[in-house]
Amino acid sequence: MNQTYRLGIDVGGTNTDAALLDVDGQVVKAVKVPTTEPTADGVINAIDRVVSLAGIDPGTIRYAMLGTTHCTNAIVERRGLSPVGVLRLAAPSTTSVPPLEGWPEDLRAVIGKHAYVVGGGYEVDGRLLSPLDEDAVRSACRAMKGEVEAVAVVGVYSSLREDQEQRAAEIVIEELGVPVSLSARIGALGLLERENATVLNAALMKTLRSMAEGFLRALEARGITAKPYFGQNDGTLMQLSYALEFPVLTIGCGPTNSIRGAAHLSGLRDALVVDIGGTTTDVGVLVDGFPRQSATASVIGGIRTNFRMPDILSVGLGGGTRVRDREGEVVLGPDSVGYRLTSEALVFGGSVLTATDVALLMGGATIDGVAPPETDRVVGARAWEAIRELLEETIDRMKPSAAPVPVILVGGGSIVAPEELAGVSELIRPEHFGAANAVGAALGDVAGQSEKVATGVDRRAAREEVAADAVHRACLAGADPSTVEVTSIEELPMAYSDAHSVQIRATAVGRLA
Amino acid sequence: MKSYPSLTRITEADIDEIALGAAVLGTGGGGDPHIGALMAKRLIRLHGPVRVIGVNDLADDDIVPPVGAIGSPSVVIERPMADDELTRALAVLEEHTGRRPTVVMPIEVGGGNSMVPIAAAAVSGLPILDGDAMGRAFPENQMVTFHLAGYEPGPVVMVDHLGNDVVIHAIGGARSERIARAVTVEMGGSATAIDYVHMGAVVRECAIPGTLSLARHIGRILLDRDADPSHCTPVDRLCEALGAFRLFDGKVADLQREVRGGFTRGVAHLAGLGADKGGTLRLDFQNEMLLARVDDRPVAVTPDLIAVLDLVTGRPITTETLRYGARVTVIGLPAHSWWRTERGLETAGPAYFGYDVPWTPVEELARQARPASQEENA
Repeated sequence: MNQTYRLGIDVGGTNTDAALLDVDGQVVKAVKVPTTEPTADGVINAIDRVVSLAGIDPGTIRYAMLGTTHCTNAIVERRGLSPVGVLRLAAPSTTSVPPLEGWPEDLRAVIGKHAYVVGGGYEVDGRLLSPLDEDAVRSACRAMKGEVEAVAVVGVYSSLREDQEQRAAEIVIEELGVPVSLSARIGALGLLERENATVLNAALMKTLRSMAEGFLRALEARGITAKPYFGQNDGTLMQLSYALEFPVLTIGCGPTNSIRGAAHLSGLRDALVVDIGGTTTDVGVLVDGFPRQSATASVIGGIRTNFRMPDILSVGLGGGTRVRDREGEVVLGPDSVGYRLTSEALVFGGSVLTATDVALLMGGATIDGVAPPETDRVVGARAWEAIRELLEETIDRMKPSAAPVPVILVGGGSIVAPEELAGVSELIRPEHFGAANAVGAALGDVAGQSEKVATGVDRRAAREEVAADAVHRACLAGADPSTVEVTSIEELPMAYSDAHSVQIRATAVGRLA
Repeated sequence: MKSYPSLTRITEADIDEIALGAAVLGTGGGGDPHIGALMAKRLIRLHGPVRVIGVNDLADDDIVPPVGAIGSPSVVIERPMADDELTRALAVLEEHTGRRPTVVMPIEVGGGNSMVPIAAAAVSGLPILDGDAMGRAFPENQMVTFHLAGYEPGPVVMVDHLGNDVVIHAIGGARSERIARAVTVEMGGSATAIDYVHMGAVVRECAIPGTLSLARHIGRILLDRDADPSHCTPVDRLCEALGAFRLFDGKVADLQREVRGGFTRGVAHLAGLGADKGGTLRLDFQNEMLLARVDDRPVAVTPDLIAVLDLVTGRPITTETLRYGARVTVIGLPAHSWWRTERGLETAGPAYFGYDVPWTPVEELARQARPASQEENA
């Protein structure tokens, strides 16, 4: 059988990385090129470089995976988001907290003013709260006509029954013909967090579509017939049609891919991953091959959502971090020269003392064709000590226990890390450390998640139903049905409502078909 | 405990601080104040700041309804209340008793019920009392200082999100609790309730003073961005300011949760970290954290307060959000003296919740646990 390849692409704010993996998962080549606007040109550049360096036929690339922080950045920077109409099916209930309450003003201004609470919804025990007020849905549609590009439909307890959300979506499509995002498909209990996530999802549909189209054009332009996939928060992949429907699921994939890539490159399954970029260091925890998830509600761009995101601690230390001497006390950053490192750092002939300069001066790091900078060694020594202390403290805060842990160092800025750190049993700098994100993107399995509130007494049947739905969703996402396994089933009892109500949540994961 | 500043008015900017402190005083239960905070901020934005009055400033003839949410916090997060629920509840009370309320108060300062009365005060234009009837959170209606002082709940007003209202006249606190719970289930698992409506003279006798200010104080300590993180952690600062006992640092190693009798009952086992390495803390909860034992020895027992905080940030963690692997600090705080009486312990002591351990004050347990050599440093 001919050799085939997996192509992983990571489109970051500064760089676009590409990694080519063979069928055994070995990295054949990895490259880094500047990110462009629109992103497709950078993706084409990265593909061209990695394919030509590897000397392979693009037709032998079987899967192409895109990991991107594009949607995350769109939310954080409030750009490229669509105005969204919000239809909450809940009246007369829930009106004490209307949709978009608590959103930052600037983001609210982008989303627009079309938020409506109309008759609808269910009670915790599955009774009807209120029948769907179809006339109100229609008049809301008419009010928002021409002023929204997508609509979010959010019903109270739609995880029990989603028929009202589906009916409302039919009406919206009839009246407006714009894409609709249904909250029952987005996730968990917790109306406001689910509503926020559904609104963001609707707002990102166009962003992801244009990015996906660019990716597809880039693949087509280079004769790559591979099936395209997109990385999501939990380190698994979704196929194109799914990604277009659920763009918000990409918002945590950056750190996840970096942790998964680091695991793969190092061969470790339990370790800390320290990803040092140009401006920040992100420390995550690898537990049995997957990123440890954050226990608290995730806040993105000032919005509380219900996504499980990787548990990441970020500090302001990167290759471009500015180092200042303030009357004998050395201060690190928090600002960075960022992508201007190669023109502004001392070592590249600039005038700014950066963490990279300090590492070359004190840490014995080297960059090909560059001599260590000439600067004050006393300041250098203090700065080197400050870098060490910051990294040691950050690592200590994320460690699962007091015992020394292996640390995997990845990211373009990782030369600023000292060779030995307290509390670290082993410091691993794997090959291709600069492209861990793209490697992580290329690795993905596909997963499906499902969640239901079970109100009957037959909990086993309910568990089986939720598990079957998770498997179904994994297959929808592109998994080979024969490899899909249910990886977790959680039950959370609900106090007061009645003794037999539990919330059941299942995840299934399988290999790509 | 060191003294702390008193609130005189509550603006939108105070809400997040009060909510965070209320979550600490919620000792794992009482519901996440997040939704209540959004509600209170919105109503203050629409109707203006809320005036706060101290317990000693109450006039004898003030009519003081405690306003709160009753039911499951997990219903509240999916189905927040209707916009008119609070005003309807106050209107039903007035119509039923023929007397106009003059001051609203929190029934429990712990958790989401710290926020509901602030919202009610904002929308009704009434002042709010800086004091409550628990000083923490508890799961049952009769677990209030009014009950400990021998006062009845009186008429209980309940309104739901659809416009239904019910007024209960029960023969006593325990009956009132059972009927209200049945009504809550019928009302969809969560409702707005007013009970223990009393005159100013009675409230002066029973209310635990200063608890909203205390919540704000706790929130400020945890949110203090100017504090030097290298000097001491938010947990240290909190313990110092409150005179709280840092009972145990650990990682959740095992967690069992189940529903029994309408409560989220459960047990968590924590494996020690840092100075507590090698030890195990067992935490028993029923909506609230009720009993903490280190290696089988009680270190804090209800009605004293047990709060579980994130080890690094000091943010409180509820019994519903506690997860395997979470790194936490468990702290203990003495309950208000109301709870440390015979009737207080009968109402909310370990035996009431079915735990076969004696109640000993948390400060006494801390003294017993500490080797003599450390005592001077404590």
